[in-house]
Amino acid sequence: MPAAIRLQGLTKRFGRLEALRGVNLEIAEGEFFALLGPNGAGKTTLISILAGLVRATAGEASVMGHDVVRDYREARRRLGVVPQELVFDPFFTVRETLEFQSGYFGLKHNDDWIDALLHHLNLTDKADTNMRRLSGGMKRRVLVAQALVHKPPVIVLDEPTAGVDVELRQTLWQFIRELNRQGHTILLTTHYLEEAEELCERVAMLKAGRIVALDRTANLLRADAQRRVELRLKPARLPDALKPHLVGEQAGAFLLSLHDFGELEGLLAKVREAGVTIEGFCVREPDLEQVFLRIMQGEGQA
Amino acid sequence: MTGFFTLFRKEVLRFWKVLMQTVAAPILTTLLYLLIFSHVLEAHVEVYPGVAYTAFLVPGLVMMAMLQNAFANSSSSLIQSKISGNIVFFLLAPLSYLEFFLAYLLAAIVRGLIVGLGVALSGLLFADLGLAHPLWIVFFALAASAVFACVGIIAGIWAEKFDQLAGVQNFVIVPLTFLSGVFYSIHSLPAFWQAVSHYNPVFYMIDGFRYGFHGVADVDPWRSAAVVLACAFILSGLTLQMLRSGYKLRH
Repeated sequence: MPAAIRLQGLTKRFGRLEALRGVNLEIAEGEFFALLGPNGAGKTTLISILAGLVRATAGEASVMGHDVVRDYREARRRLGVVPQELVFDPFFTVRETLEFQSGYFGLKHNDDWIDALLHHLNLTDKADTNMRRLSGGMKRRVLVAQALVHKPPVIVLDEPTAGVDVELRQTLWQFIRELNRQGHTILLTTHYLEEAEELCERVAMLKAGRIVALDRTANLLRADAQRRVELRLKPARLPDALKPHLVGEQAGAFLLSLHDFGELEGLLAKVREAGVTIEGFCVREPDLEQVFLRIMQGEGQA
Repeated sequence: MTGFFTLFRKEVLRFWKVLMQTVAAPILTTLLYLLIFSHVLEAHVEVYPGVAYTAFLVPGLVMMAMLQNAFANSSSSLIQSKISGNIVFFLLAPLSYLEFFLAYLLAAIVRGLIVGLGVALSGLLFADLGLAHPLWIVFFALAASAVFACVGIIAGIWAEKFDQLAGVQNFVIVPLTFLSGVFYSIHSLPAFWQAVSHYNPVFYMIDGFRYGFHGVADVDPWRSAAVVLACAFILSGLTLQMLRSGYKLRH
């Protein structure tokens, strides 16, 4: 079975700027995959090469085994892309926009699926409204519908929830999750790391055109050496013996870092020895944001 | 073929939805030329024996309107799509560059023909138009519109800003059409300018087109046809090459 997405030695230079420096990546069919990285890391360039909007300087990219340059028609039929920019054609209504998009993909009678898309994305009552008259969130949903008119097995979402309100975000993810359950492969870029953590099985982190981390989300979280506990003390003074563990103070609570939870008992003993009472205690689970920040600041420096 | 047909239909609908601006306005402008020039010159100028000046003028104006509107359609559609970013919708689709080309080409020709027909029909109110060689009329209308549709696609892809496109319009298209014998026969020009006019392809478009109506022309219509066809082939080839290479569209 070919990979849903395969990138081999993908390199892109814009003049003197190296946007991608030899990216290798394989995403299996049915995965829900997140591509993370700061602005300018090369995420959009990578997606644009996959979509055929940008041509790689070197290396190859394929969608469901079809090379995006040599076999572009087959590759594009299997790929649905939700672009990052809120683009629309002001001449047409929502339904016209979706009918045209179906036609570009060679589909003639697509009304049932268009109606279903409008329904899933809460756009049914806007079907005959001109694109110009829609709010930003609605335009975003039309872009999602456009990317899905041809039922592509591979769906790429480039920051689909930027500037989108909470309710819409929930509707959108519900729908995308459902598509993933039905077997669609999802590649997502986002700035909201909690979204990636919640939704995606695997994560790649891109920095300055290179992949600096690639693993299952759970492994990345587990590998994060930092275990953190929050202590609320009375009196609110941290015993000297604990100071090496201190990483932050928030609203009178001390945030301490441990290598593993085995250290915890010793820690609590020191609190007791210092004659301080524990008023509040909680364990902070590692989250993807911490992992992300640590990776971006630390290793893999270009 | 569905892809091509959809893009073609979208391109036609795009100007159809704003007919006032894309069809009615150019027809009116052209009619104003007709009114003013025929009023001033009708009694003074006879270019060909037995052909009234207004009757001489109408085919030239029809051709000029067709060329300018074929150019305007493909160029403005492309630049709008590029600047607003919605060009990504068909760049993401599995359309071949040939489908892309034909859709823009034919939609531009359609607009050129509609405007041309409108000018011709209104022109009938002011002059008797002969139909000496209807096939030449059809041939030159189609071939010349195709040439300017190609120029429009090239300009629309090349230009990055509206003012660059306006530059092409004002410094290339308008002078080429105005200095091509729309308003006069080049035989009335000094020898030097006559020779220069022979390097302007629009001259052949108008001369051949006019021959279709009145049966008289400055040069042999076969020669005009050869020039216009050569332009159509060269520019189509160039446009296709640009689209295939992804010039300014796929970076």
